[in-house]
Amino acid sequence: MRAFTVFALMSCWSLSSLQAFEATKGSEILAKAIVATGEARAKLLEEFGNESSFGDAPLVESWRRGEIWIAKLPDGTSEAVAYNGKPGTGMVTAAKLGDGKMLTFDLGQATASNPDRASRKLLTKVGNVIALKHPSDRNRSDAAKQLGLQGDEDGLRVLQELLPKQASPAARKGFEEGIALAKLKLASGADKLNAVNKLGDLASLTARDQLKGLLQSETAKTPQDQVLIAAIKKSLAAIESRQALVESGATLFRGLSLGSVLLVVAIGLAITFGLMGVINMAHGEFITIGGYTCYLVQTWFINMYGSSGTAFDNYFLVSLPLCFLAAALMGWFIEWAIVRHLYSRPLESLLATWGLSMIFQQAFRLKFGAANVQVASPSWLAGNYEWLGITLGWNRLFVIVFALAILFGTLLVMAKTPVGLQLRAVMQNRRMAASLGIRTARMNGFTFAFGSGLAGLGGAFLSQLGNVGPSMGQSYIVDSFMIVTVGGVGNIIGASLSALGIGSVDQMLQPLLGPVMGKITTLLAVILLLQWRPGGIFPSRSRSLEG
Amino acid sequence: MDLKTKSLQFGKEHGVAVAIALFLLIGIPVLSSISPSFQVNIWGKYLCYAALAVSLNWLWGYTGLLCLCQSLFFALGGYMIGMHLMLLIGKLGAYKSDLPDFMVFLGYKELPSFWKPFYSFLFSGGMVILLPGLVAFIFGWLAFRSRIKGVYFSILSQALTYAATLLFFKNDIVMGGNNGFTDFRFILGMDIRAKSTQIILYEASALFLGLCIFFIWWITRTKFGMIQQAVRDSENRVLFSGYATTAYKLFVFTVSAIMAGIAGAFYVPQVGIINPSEMATSKSLDVVVWVAVGGRGTLYGPVLGAILVNLMKSYTTRYYPDYWLIISGAIFIFVVLFMPNGVVGLPKQLGGLWTKFNKMRSPAEPLTQAS
Repeated sequence: MRAFTVFALMSCWSLSSLQAFEATKGSEILAKAIVATGEARAKLLEEFGNESSFGDAPLVESWRRGEIWIAKLPDGTSEAVAYNGKPGTGMVTAAKLGDGKMLTFDLGQATASNPDRASRKLLTKVGNVIALKHPSDRNRSDAAKQLGLQGDEDGLRVLQELLPKQASPAARKGFEEGIALAKLKLASGADKLNAVNKLGDLASLTARDQLKGLLQSETAKTPQDQVLIAAIKKSLAAIESRQALVESGATLFRGLSLGSVLLVVAIGLAITFGLMGVINMAHGEFITIGGYTCYLVQTWFINMYGSSGTAFDNYFLVSLPLCFLAAALMGWFIEWAIVRHLYSRPLESLLATWGLSMIFQQAFRLKFGAANVQVASPSWLAGNYEWLGITLGWNRLFVIVFALAILFGTLLVMAKTPVGLQLRAVMQNRRMAASLGIRTARMNGFTFAFGSGLAGLGGAFLSQLGNVGPSMGQSYIVDSFMIVTVGGVGNIIGASLSALGIGSVDQMLQPLLGPVMGKITTLLAVILLLQWRPGGIFPSRSRSLEG
Repeated sequence: MDLKTKSLQFGKEHGVAVAIALFLLIGIPVLSSISPSFQVNIWGKYLCYAALAVSLNWLWGYTGLLCLCQSLFFALGGYMIGMHLMLLIGKLGAYKSDLPDFMVFLGYKELPSFWKPFYSFLFSGGMVILLPGLVAFIFGWLAFRSRIKGVYFSILSQALTYAATLLFFKNDIVMGGNNGFTDFRFILGMDIRAKSTQIILYEASALFLGLCIFFIWWITRTKFGMIQQAVRDSENRVLFSGYATTAYKLFVFTVSAIMAGIAGAFYVPQVGIINPSEMATSKSLDVVVWVAVGGRGTLYGPVLGAILVNLMKSYTTRYYPDYWLIISGAIFIFVVLFMPNGVVGLPKQLGGLWTKFNKMRSPAEPLTQAS
């Protein structure tokens, strides 16, 4: 989360024209360097490199973009100010670099300052150093590895200087890895051997290509070379076994994530089909309704607040209840208009809802166009999180959490609320429930609306993973039905387990067989599984013959 | 009315049907030879669709199995004959090679071994029957054995179709991938685009459709047909009476798949193209619409439904292309909700409404007399 805060702060800086930078020791030195020229500037920049902290990064960036101006003061001195407006004349006020005091100066006299070539070179180096001072351990160690990969003497020196200052073990590991990487290129003899061994101990994935390249270029002339080659081979083996571990971890995560997507998509169907027995072929279109609702909310937010900033970031939270409501209302209407006439004829409900799905799809196409529309993710869902070398997308992680949340929410509604109790009673024995005074017709409407609303929520989530299009729901319909059937009709826990199972199997088969064959194999496996357990994993037990 | 008299009765509707059949057999070819713009292959296409609808009706209307893989069998039959037609193109393709164009495009140097027997028309014809039959037999055996029925059967068959569609979209199974087979030149030594060939193909499709209808008319009157319909109405009672319902269902399913496959084999040379979108699940559901519109469980309903819906589709897609899906969806819902017996059942349904309406009116009459 700290990464987000820093990111958000950085974007705030670039927004206001009257910006003030943190008054750090580094910024004071840089202010002097900007005003100075030639040798003096180079010297000051070097000093800046040593004294700088991570807070100085945006300042360096502004200078490169030409947003630092040199103002001539009436007393004849020059000062560096942060000003990113257009050139012109007249008096303007901007923050002075260094202490951040407001300064009023004549714009006509001021000039935009751009770092010259030599300074730019120095700044790149300084940038590397500043990156090593990032507040997040992960970013710091990433920067260390990157610097190590570059393999220059200065970088190595900085890394070695900063290593003792690293408090956290994660960052320390990253720095050690960076140093070893640099030494791999620079050092020779015993030092190199040590670096190779170190990389093997750390199981550094970054070093794999380097080591492979080294293995090819080394020739075993002397006994020392042979020792080195043996060490490289051993380290490579260690790295590769880690790689395999990471890959299977990544596969597991992808499977979990796909399973959650399938669960989010199928949980609505587990209610309308599983509990009510309605073959709702238009289920996919309720998903699409959710997706388009999300799109509309996003467009409204962009019109109101622009396409970035905190207000925009909240659009997704606002759209979630709306997606649920839009799909649920539509579900309520459809149940009243069509589905309630067909409870005794399940095959006919399949046909009518298929007709409905065609109408919906074409209506979407006429309203929103046949092409997909883009739904931007809020900034807190974009980006990745890395854990033990496995890259986890925030949006994927969020889907997993969200799937669990709706699963437990649904179970809670079913098990603990009076509505849930009535709902289960109606689904188990409609006539008995009716004779006990439950208004079954209203319950049916409510249940169908609830299931449709969950589908709408699923659509909101799919909009974060891919695009929204008229037939986005259609591609999930076969999967959804398979999941509910495999899980055991009427069993929500069963549906969630089968979603996770199908998701994982699909992701495990994909690297072996390719995406299409993986999917085909999964489908055939499901058909075979139903041979073994015709009622699904958790069949509903009943004494009724036709049940 | 007992069984015997029913089977001997030659009803009014059969007379109408024979008249229509004669018109289709003779009238359409005559029309096409009079007017050069009349496209006989469009009517041939409708008749193939009608045969497909008849095969589904036998499954759904008479046996109660709503199968969503009928389009798969149809396309499989079409693909088998398509392979033969592709090989007959010879060196006339865009690449002037003995190999079909798409193989040259994919970099094949020689014909894959499983393509070689398809030079023979007899072998291809055999495969038209064998492949859909075999797929249906295996899938049906697996499904019926574990007592998968009703909507679960529909969903599973839909999954099978979906998997097959994905498979045929792939290039590495060497079945033309996304584009499928097209640009056919010859069939049985005749130019496939010549009007005379098209008329022959049309007549053959019409005869095949007639044969299918006759077969179903006949079989529903045998003991087998009676049991088959009993399975539809109450499978458990039939089972408890000592009949192996699985075997009955499996037989009907397999034969119906073969029927659909042959219909596909007549369809492909007349339309001139076959690709994976022809077997997509939505196509299967289209067939279900035709049967539902025409009237399921009736002999002529599916034929009527298939031709009616496709005529409407041709008209609408030409003049209001954006609204066809909406119209067909609306028809779908309307038929399901208000016309459970389809167009064929409409006169009876309206008649029923009429008597109901009269009954509502009649009690009012004594009242006026009393006052």
